[in-house]
Amino acid sequence: MKRPLRVYAILYLAFLYAPIALLPLFAFNDGTVIAFPLRGFTWEWFRQLAEIPALHAAVLNSLTIALSSAALATCLGILAARAATRFAFPGKKGIMGLIMLPLVLPEIIVAVSLLVVLLQLGLSLGAWTVILGHVLICTPFSIAILNSAFQSLDLSLEEAAIDLGETRWSSFRLITLPLVMPGIISSLLISFTISLDEFIIAFFLTGTEPTLPVYLWGQLRFPQKIPVVMALGTILVVASVILLTIAEYFRRRGAARTGQADTGGFL
Amino acid sequence: MNEGRTKRRHGRSETAQGYLLVATPFAYALLLLAVPLGAIVMFSFWTQDYLTLDKTLTLKNYREAFSEPLYGELLIRSLLVSGAVTLATVLTAFPIAYFVSFYVPPERKSMWIFLITIPFWTSYLIRVFLWKVILGYNGVFNTTLLGLGIIDEPLTFILYNVNAVVITLAHAYAPFAILPIFVALEKIDRTLLEAGRDLGESYVMTFFRVTLPLAMPGVVAAVLIVFIPTIGDYVTPRLVGGPDGLMIANMIQTQFLKLNNAPMGAALAVLAMAMVGAVALVFLALTRRFLRGQ
Amino acid sequence: MKDTLGVTRPIITLDNVEKYYGDYYALRGITAEINQGEFFSLLGPSGCGKTTLLRTIAGFEEPSSGRVTIDGKDMAGVPANVRPTNMVFQSYAIFPHLTVAQNVGFGLRREPLTRKEKERKVVEALEMVGLKGFGARAAHALSGGQRQRVALARALILEPKVLLLDEPLSALDKKMREQMQMELRRLQRQVGITFILVTHDQEEALIMSDRIAVMFEGQIAQLDTPQVLYRRPVSRQVGEFIGVMNFLPAKATVGPDTHIEVEAAGLGRAVIGADQLPGGWHPGQTQSVGIRPETMSILFEGETTDRRVATGIVEDRAYYGDMTYYEVRLDGVEKPMTISMKNLVGRPVLERGSQARVAWDARSLVLFA
Repeated sequence: MKRPLRVYAILYLAFLYAPIALLPLFAFNDGTVIAFPLRGFTWEWFRQLAEIPALHAAVLNSLTIALSSAALATCLGILAARAATRFAFPGKKGIMGLIMLPLVLPEIIVAVSLLVVLLQLGLSLGAWTVILGHVLICTPFSIAILNSAFQSLDLSLEEAAIDLGETRWSSFRLITLPLVMPGIISSLLISFTISLDEFIIAFFLTGTEPTLPVYLWGQLRFPQKIPVVMALGTILVVASVILLTIAEYFRRRGAARTGQADTGGFL
Repeated sequence: MNEGRTKRRHGRSETAQGYLLVATPFAYALLLLAVPLGAIVMFSFWTQDYLTLDKTLTLKNYREAFSEPLYGELLIRSLLVSGAVTLATVLTAFPIAYFVSFYVPPERKSMWIFLITIPFWTSYLIRVFLWKVILGYNGVFNTTLLGLGIIDEPLTFILYNVNAVVITLAHAYAPFAILPIFVALEKIDRTLLEAGRDLGESYVMTFFRVTLPLAMPGVVAAVLIVFIPTIGDYVTPRLVGGPDGLMIANMIQTQFLKLNNAPMGAALAVLAMAMVGAVALVFLALTRRFLRGQ
Repeated sequence: MKDTLGVTRPIITLDNVEKYYGDYYALRGITAEINQGEFFSLLGPSGCGKTTLLRTIAGFEEPSSGRVTIDGKDMAGVPANVRPTNMVFQSYAIFPHLTVAQNVGFGLRREPLTRKEKERKVVEALEMVGLKGFGARAAHALSGGQRQRVALARALILEPKVLLLDEPLSALDKKMREQMQMELRRLQRQVGITFILVTHDQEEALIMSDRIAVMFEGQIAQLDTPQVLYRRPVSRQVGEFIGVMNFLPAKATVGPDTHIEVEAAGLGRAVIGADQLPGGWHPGQTQSVGIRPETMSILFEGETTDRRVATGIVEDRAYYGDMTYYEVRLDGVEKPMTISMKNLVGRPVLERGSQARVAWDARSLVLFA
């Protein structure tokens, strides 16, 4: 059974990586049509990236939104994960269920429901409305990551610190926080990545300043702009892989630090 | 002894601390998720004529949704596409999860999981667009097959239709199906399988009588986590679906942003969610009965 | 530690301490005094409330009613971090992100000492628990026994008035556990601090303690020295929990010359000394007697004795090498009783089904309600 499964697994990985593998091919291809055969190597599309002010504005806007969303979602995630792992209280299942709901809810539902409320309240759309939506969808991921970080903590650790003279808060700061810090960093990075990439909510809730995916969406309609999009995509993929590798590194270090077995995976 | 620990949970201050911590995220979800979802339901019973909103409660939108064939067609198609994507994703994901859980050495498992999740975290828009490049008339797939002499002219049934939507979405949701199944398989006590073999079951029968039932919770989670969000996908049908591959999310977007008919869009959103919810509940009920019958 | 006059004085006073969660009582009417410098154990099966009591002393639980006094001060409202107690947790709770030295020195953070002094104290504490030179090691790389020593050093460095130990040996293997038992005892004598040990292992409690409180269902069933607990358990429950005890149905009567006579099934009549009677005893309350396996012996062929003799049949036996445990059913008794015999040179091991003569003494009978 092992050999056919292994072949299948490798084919499956090829399927998963097929689109990403094509990105750099066309990003460095000296031709405006995205099709084979390739024409030759060029840096032209990357050079053009530097000359589009609208793109720079979108990148800046997206970075602001992603940083804020990641920070806020992680704060909410810390609170919820700590409550869920450390305390029992009536209605916990329902409360946590609602908070985790965006994990399975289609993003368009989240987007339109927020949109109608914001418009009814007469609020104008902007970066902050996108942040509101992104925090909502990033929080469940943050909780999932932090839950496992908090769960692997021995409850006696904080009690031991209190027993040795620390207060509730200082024992949290000296013991719990350093131990879940890898989880927090990995939550920040994952939330940042999700927000940076999110399209639908941003599409509905962004005001006059588009985020990067919304800007990209606009560009996809113009065939002559596609090579530049490929170049941009290449940069984004490389950035994502770097961020994820860092996140994975911190997650593993967290596991090693508390001396537990590494079972792998973000979720 | 953790006698104190388990009982301590019922202490009043523990409850209070739990509520205190969870209050902020809960309030956030309440205000920005529960209230807006309620608002959507509310909206679906209102009507809008260009910019004026009529707040008298009416079933007009729902009547229209059922009488206008386009809406019905989109809803049914969305449901079928979601179903097909779920089936394809879960069926192709299971062997991967099984392989990683049972045949990959423990120290390399997290490496595999990492490899599987990376594509998921890279720009969704660009990934979908690249499927268009792969599946197109002059796309990678066709040119490769032509070059190898397997086909004489480019295949056209793979882009701008439902097939393309299913392939692209199955790609997009792969990790969502693999991870829950992997986690469920990891939890299986390996001695159970040995016990199954020891009790005279063949390899195949052990798989069907021990492994599969124990992995079912993961499969159920995978089905739900793929099926429910897929129905609301907007980008994929729009980019690779062509006119016959559009789904309900595209219509919801049109109603909200182009036709300025938020109540109609809301009604369609509610209908889509109700359908997904109903199918999910039926599915859960069936699997629960199946699992209990084991 | 005895004070200058050699008089023991209580360091901890528990006055009718109760703890309930809703209508569930975890602790009921706990009243006890724990003396300065003694090795005190809380012994009982899981769920008996011993850990809750320890945590109440530590300040992690507030008693629902009653009073905990430590060194003459009422502890009501005094949080765990300012109580003069330190704890060794069951899981040891070694901070995994700190080194051994940082763990041991953790409690010194708020002490008004120079860095040099703190470092010296850490070195001393590590030396005391036999971990000299381990300071720079990462905590998560330690073995079970080493973690325990770190936990001990960390708790003792603050020179608490009372050291609390929550099942500290339960995670160790048998050999390591036996070694640590002796070492804990030695350490306690060396530092002279009151130790309170929570354990479910009766042997461990007997070996280590000056005094033991046996707890069942949130109450102290008996509080005494190991010898008294073993020889004179106040109830069948205590007798059964500590060591092995055989029980026989019995009746007590006061004879004409005020001697107390017990008639026990299978053994017959015996006269009981007044010192063998529980406080407030009256003849009607005695329903059974208990007798320990090692206080009886089997008479082999040709042996004679001036002790009392009962007869029975060997139902089963278990050979332990140094000892043989016989299950002997005395004539007229339904349940077999356990008798332990040293395997001395030349002493045979009886087969199942053999007739056996059992020698016993009235002195070793314990009367139960």
